[in-house]
Amino acid sequence: MTTTIIWTIAIISGLGLLLALTLYLVAQRFKVVEDPRIELVEKAMPGANCGGCGFAGCHAFADSAVKAPNLDNHYCPVGGNETMKKVAEILGYEIKEKAPMVAVVRCNGTCSVRPRTSEYDGTLSCKVKASLYAGDTGCSYGCLGCGDCVAACKFGAISMDPETGLPVVDEEKCTACGACAKACPKAIIELRKKGPRGMREYVSCVNKDKGPGVKKACANACIGCGICAKTCTHDAIVLENNVAYIDFEKCKLCRECEAMCPTGAIHGVNFPKPIDKDAIKARVKERQKKAREAAAAAAEAAKPVGEPVEPPVLRQAQEPEQFKKEESNG
Amino acid sequence: MAKRTFSIGGVHPADSKISRGCKLEYLPIPPTVYIALSQHIGAPAKPVVTVGDKVKVGQVLAEPGGFMSAYIHSSVSGTVKSIGPRKDLSGNNQMVVEIAVEGDEWMENIDRGDTLVTDIPDDPKAIIEKIKLGGVVGLGGATFPTHVKLSPPPGKVCEMLIINGCECEPYLTSDFRTLLEKGEQVVIGTAIIKKALGVAKATIAIEDNKLEAIEHIQKVVNEFKSKGPEYSGIEVLSLMKKYPEGGEKQLIDAVMHRQVKSGGLPIDVGAVVDNVCTALAVYEAVQKNKPLIDNSVTVTGECFPKQANLIVRVGTPLNYVIDYLGGVPEAAAKVISGGPMMGKSIANLEAATMKGTGGLLFLTREQTKRMPESNCIRCGKCAEACPMGLEPFLLNRLAKAGDTDALEANAVQDCIMCGCCLYSCPAGIPLLDIISQARGQVMGIMRARTAAAKAAAEAAKAAAEAAKPKSE
Repeated sequence: MTTTIIWTIAIISGLGLLLALTLYLVAQRFKVVEDPRIELVEKAMPGANCGGCGFAGCHAFADSAVKAPNLDNHYCPVGGNETMKKVAEILGYEIKEKAPMVAVVRCNGTCSVRPRTSEYDGTLSCKVKASLYAGDTGCSYGCLGCGDCVAACKFGAISMDPETGLPVVDEEKCTACGACAKACPKAIIELRKKGPRGMREYVSCVNKDKGPGVKKACANACIGCGICAKTCTHDAIVLENNVAYIDFEKCKLCRECEAMCPTGAIHGVNFPKPIDKDAIKARVKERQKKAREAAAAAAEAAKPVGEPVEPPVLRQAQEPEQFKKEESNG
Repeated sequence: MAKRTFSIGGVHPADSKISRGCKLEYLPIPPTVYIALSQHIGAPAKPVVTVGDKVKVGQVLAEPGGFMSAYIHSSVSGTVKSIGPRKDLSGNNQMVVEIAVEGDEWMENIDRGDTLVTDIPDDPKAIIEKIKLGGVVGLGGATFPTHVKLSPPPGKVCEMLIINGCECEPYLTSDFRTLLEKGEQVVIGTAIIKKALGVAKATIAIEDNKLEAIEHIQKVVNEFKSKGPEYSGIEVLSLMKKYPEGGEKQLIDAVMHRQVKSGGLPIDVGAVVDNVCTALAVYEAVQKNKPLIDNSVTVTGECFPKQANLIVRVGTPLNYVIDYLGGVPEAAAKVISGGPMMGKSIANLEAATMKGTGGLLFLTREQTKRMPESNCIRCGKCAEACPMGLEPFLLNRLAKAGDTDALEANAVQDCIMCGCCLYSCPAGIPLLDIISQARGQVMGIMRARTAAAKAAAEAAKAAAEAAKPKSE
């Protein structure tokens, strides 16, 4: 009896030791050596695995960042500059700081200004709706309102406003990962520079149709009149395919375009003071009048001599007053 | 003997052919027409007229914009008012030629008489050229340029021509009326296409819910047998009614018991399929020099008081057609271009008809109501109903997950968008909506891949060519 117990224990223990040894040897033989920095970098990441950086997740980002010669092609939009500084410290690289971005919904066709022309009773998905037809309003470029962007956001930063029927971005929660911009079949959502203290100017419309048709479809649309582009003294606005676009790298937030826009398609957000459209309009008109007069005078002066003259300078280099004030505040 | 039909899947929606008794009727010419430049599969046509030009009926407005493209002719006489974008029936912009109608003056070479021309030209190439010049496209729904279809790639042999008279979509009756009233022309058209392809056998396939048409065409075929050798070898085949029998691949299965492989074309199994209206258009283009400028449109629906089968000039605004028949009825909630299974809901009634417009169907709110969506219970009805042998429940899940590789592996690109899955789903899952969207996405990826492979091959070839002279 005792012998049996002893034998059993001995065999089981022996077997255990043997297997442990095998496992140890196999583990040694097939050991995967991973750069310890990958784990460090991954720990410094936000861990959202959102894919906003272009990699499959935070681990893939860390893996690639460690192997890369520099960090030029690596940027975590969620963690922003803070995270990137930590990553750079671990890896001993230098980083170029990037301006924080935010998702901007470029459609202002609320239910009240964009009349419904048909009723959609299909699947509640923008992707499906866009594959079926141009949408249930006269605007074939605008927001379809089924909320694909809301579903795509992993940070709960977008919600549909039931009153306007348009998505609203919560700036605090938005990490600029770009998932919503990819999900939008109409390419309405754009990642734009957050701007100083969140102040930014943008054209809230992407309608490429010509003026009269656009106006009929949506009262808030950009009709491509080009007034904003003519007003802008910073060369920040381009008019292409009947729609204006503000280059956020060049925009100096003077708000002149916003004041001059006849349809209210240009939006300025997070400005400390409400816009005084009349004052800006008067100022712009005065400036344009002076420019015209100067041009006429130059032409007059050039006439008798008959020599070629430089074309009149319409844009003034002078900065508008309001902007100066804001700049000094900041 | 059991009636022939296709072997996989299919459903039996109610027939609802309420306009079957309405004779074909010519719609008056509208004051303005809007003729789209892209009325066919393939590249849009390139306009050859300019604003202010006077045009006659049958005059060429636009030339093919590529190999896979077709001529577009003026369906009216008048002045070209504009050439530019206009919203089509789905609300998207499309290039159209706007013509203000003045009178009804036809091109001199068009034979407008009713006499049947039974002598068929001898040269297949000349026939195909005439079909091309006539701007004939497939009128079964896909609007595939007919001259391209009738020129099989080298190495492929056509064994049988199938003329599709199934009209398996509920409600639609324009093919049926064409068979009944223009049967002779359809049979001559069949003989012409047969000649162009150089095949011995042709089958006119008709579903057995159109017995009058079967009898009539049989009679015509028997009569014509004596008229020449071209008319022998044409058979009339009665098929069991089942949707989607009019689908090209389903019809080949039903008639020839052959299956087209995934990604293949009918010619791979030795078949060419053309619609009865295409056969009629071929007859008119070849024998009468009349290009494709009008087509038959069924206007129907239980709530629509005045059913009709109209012959409508291409480019007629839809609301002109509807107003002619008394306007949109109060009870109508949805207007569909085409049949209820595969037709497209119209968002813009100001849009104009095109070569492929086959029907205008009015449905009430009650008829278009969607079942509330509930969870998939894995009953497998969709897989049973799918005539392409796909698994719609699986494709739906994969589409929702966005797994395009798995979608392609499960042949989402083979979906013919017949809607059998959605029709049979007891849980009211919008399978077709989701699958067709995924299908478009996958086909886009496949096209991009083919283009990239082609470009890479060409680049490699160019590099090899460039390297050659140096080494020598």
